[in-house]
Amino acid sequence: MTIGLGHYLAVGAILFTLGILGIFLNRKNIIVILMSIELILLAVNVNLVAFSTFLGDIVGQVFALLVLTVAAAEAAIGLAVLVVYFRNRGSIAVEDVNLMKG
Amino acid sequence: MYQAIVFLPLLGAIVAAIISLVGAHARCPSGDTVEHHGDAHGHGTTDAAGVIHASTHEPDEHGDHDDHHAVEPAAVGSRAAELITTGLLFVTAVLSWISFVDVGFLHHDARIALFPWITSGELQVAWSLRIDTLTAVMLVVVTTVSSLVHLYSIGYMDEDPYRPRFFGYLSMFTFAMLMLVTADNLVQLFFGWEGVGLASYLLIGFWYQKPSANAAAIKAFIVNRIGDFGFALGIFAAFMMIGSVDLETIFAGAPGLTGKTITLFAWNVDALTLICLFLFMGAMGKSAQFLLHTWLPDAMEGPTPVSALIHAATMVTAGVFMVARLSPLFELAPTAQTFVMFIGATTAFFAATIGLVQNDIKRIVAYSTCSQLGYMFVAMGAGAYSVGMFHLFTHAFFKALLFLGSGSVIYAMHHEQDIRMMGGLWRKIPFTFAVMCVGTLALTGFPLFAGNFSKDAIIESAYVSHNPAATYAFILTVVSAGLTAFYSWRLIFKTFFGEPHDQEHYEAAHESPLWMLIPLFVLAAGSILSGFPFKELFAGNGVEEFFRDSVKMHPHIIEEMEQIPLAIKSLPFLMMSIGLVISIIFYIQRPYIPEELAEQQPMLYQFLLNKWYFDELYDLIFVRPTKRIGYFLWKYGDGWLIDGFGPDGVSARVLDVTRNVVKIQTGYLYHYAFAMLIGAAGLITWFMFGFGGQ
Repeated sequence: MTIGLGHYLAVGAILFTLGILGIFLNRKNIIVILMSIELILLAVNVNLVAFSTFLGDIVGQVFALLVLTVAAAEAAIGLAVLVVYFRNRGSIAVEDVNLMKG
Repeated sequence: MYQAIVFLPLLGAIVAAIISLVGAHARCPSGDTVEHHGDAHGHGTTDAAGVIHASTHEPDEHGDHDDHHAVEPAAVGSRAAELITTGLLFVTAVLSWISFVDVGFLHHDARIALFPWITSGELQVAWSLRIDTLTAVMLVVVTTVSSLVHLYSIGYMDEDPYRPRFFGYLSMFTFAMLMLVTADNLVQLFFGWEGVGLASYLLIGFWYQKPSANAAAIKAFIVNRIGDFGFALGIFAAFMMIGSVDLETIFAGAPGLTGKTITLFAWNVDALTLICLFLFMGAMGKSAQFLLHTWLPDAMEGPTPVSALIHAATMVTAGVFMVARLSPLFELAPTAQTFVMFIGATTAFFAATIGLVQNDIKRIVAYSTCSQLGYMFVAMGAGAYSVGMFHLFTHAFFKALLFLGSGSVIYAMHHEQDIRMMGGLWRKIPFTFAVMCVGTLALTGFPLFAGNFSKDAIIESAYVSHNPAATYAFILTVVSAGLTAFYSWRLIFKTFFGEPHDQEHYEAAHESPLWMLIPLFVLAAGSILSGFPFKELFAGNGVEEFFRDSVKMHPHIIEEMEQIPLAIKSLPFLMMSIGLVISIIFYIQRPYIPEELAEQQPMLYQFLLNKWYFDELYDLIFVRPTKRIGYFLWKYGDGWLIDGFGPDGVSARVLDVTRNVVKIQTGYLYHYAFAMLIGAAGLITWFMFGFGGQ
């Protein structure tokens, strides 16, 4: 069996769905949400690389690198915010983070 | 001269009002609430002073009675206000008599335009004075009685601390009444009409610290408004059909209206009949006719001079005057005339029956007034307008005399008004007794006294009238003549004869001061002299020449009255004698008979004592349902419907919505994220199938 574009896209879609579910179903920790976002970005990367290879267009792979960079920066800032938040509120449980409640 | 007659009382009212306001300011110097402008109509009430008065005045144990014990010093300038208003009134009275001769005998009718009032499209209303014989008669009546009442009040009100206000009101009333009788158009007539209504309200409620006086004042005002509503509709209808409110134009246009109809709620009514009935509704209210009479007896809460001036001699006769003034209209509307006569006769009889059993001296005279007004309307309905005016003229003298005489009795008895508590007073107050007897003789129609000529003329006019209600009116007026004699003499006998029932008051009784006796004497003279010398002018061959165009008499009625058989002519005298004899038997010879009779006929007695239960009936069918409707509208109409669905409801719904919207803002990150995702998915879907589908 040859592994074709469809398989790659399927993996991307599964990863994306896992990421989404990770955001919604998670009740514990905000770090999990950050990780889920990373997972979604990775799913996008898989798609980009797969299409790049399949179409023979290098731009997709370049874009994937860009996304990786942005994801790294985002993870760094997100973790920094969480650390500060933990210092101030003493908890980063999702249930406790509801200061925006109306 | 006519300007002086009309406006001098206004001047007096303004002066009295200024004195009253200055006095109020002096009493309450810190009271910034007292405004210092002279009120043009003299009814600038002294609010700040009133508060003090009400709080210092202890409620009197005789709630029903005239009550004005001096509890505080009289207002500054009381004497000045009295003398100025009274002096001005006497000047107008003299001028009125001059004008009476000038107009009545020298035929100098006048039409004086003062200044324009309303100019709006077709509606042209001007202030103007119309002086003809009818007006001249009224001028004489109003100013004479008013000046005498002013003089009398100086004595009667001498213990009251608010005399400037009282005299201001009296003069203002006189001004309004003079405006009414000199009116040249219906709107000015209406102005005077409302002006006297206002003055009446203020004077009935003059002792406003008494709840009963306030209630009576409000009742008088409201019942009069009902009549005035009809009057206003009548003016509107007249304007609609003729296009003018000017009397001359209306009289000229009225014959052209015969046969025309007004559509009222899909119902065609004869225009003239409708106009006349509406106008007569106003007259019924003002003249306290059957169905709208309930305010008059209650109006006796006011000071007695007020009762004499307003509720006997002048204001209540405004309705009679109005019908006479509009006689060219009424002559063209026989149905309305029938109604006028029917109501008049009913009132004459009905008020007389109530007068039989009342015990309050003023109420007896009040019901007698009501009854006599009914007589006048009978004459109006018969088309004998001058005869009705004759009775108005004589009645003003003897009824004012009776009221002022009652006032003198009340004054002597220290504000006791119940005739059961009196008795034997003729020894104590012989002068009052004498003039009261004169008044009663005149009222009952004793030969050679004024009432004899005018009342008999009315009964004769009812006899010869071709009106469908004529027979009814004739019978009732004749019967009422007997009833009148009975209750009038009952009043005299119970008050002045027999044994005193209240020894303490009896011992202290004293004759009134000269201020009060002079008017009584003049009115007593008037009660004798206003009859015979004027008979030919009002109810004889002189009518044509005396009244000329001012009233439109029913054709030939005066000639027919001359040819009545003697038997009919003597009927009223017979009835009067019967009433007098029964009264003597009942109250002098066998005083136990009336009580036994009352016990034998408890139903009838209670029925009469409670005034045919009219107050209770009106309370049941008008007052209480109105209150209930008001309560319903307050609670449900306003509270539930308007507030519920209006301001309160809207704000409550807004709060409800926000309270629910706020719940969407959970503050949980994943909820926001979910919303974002759904939004993103929705957007993408829309792009794919919305745009992409094209």
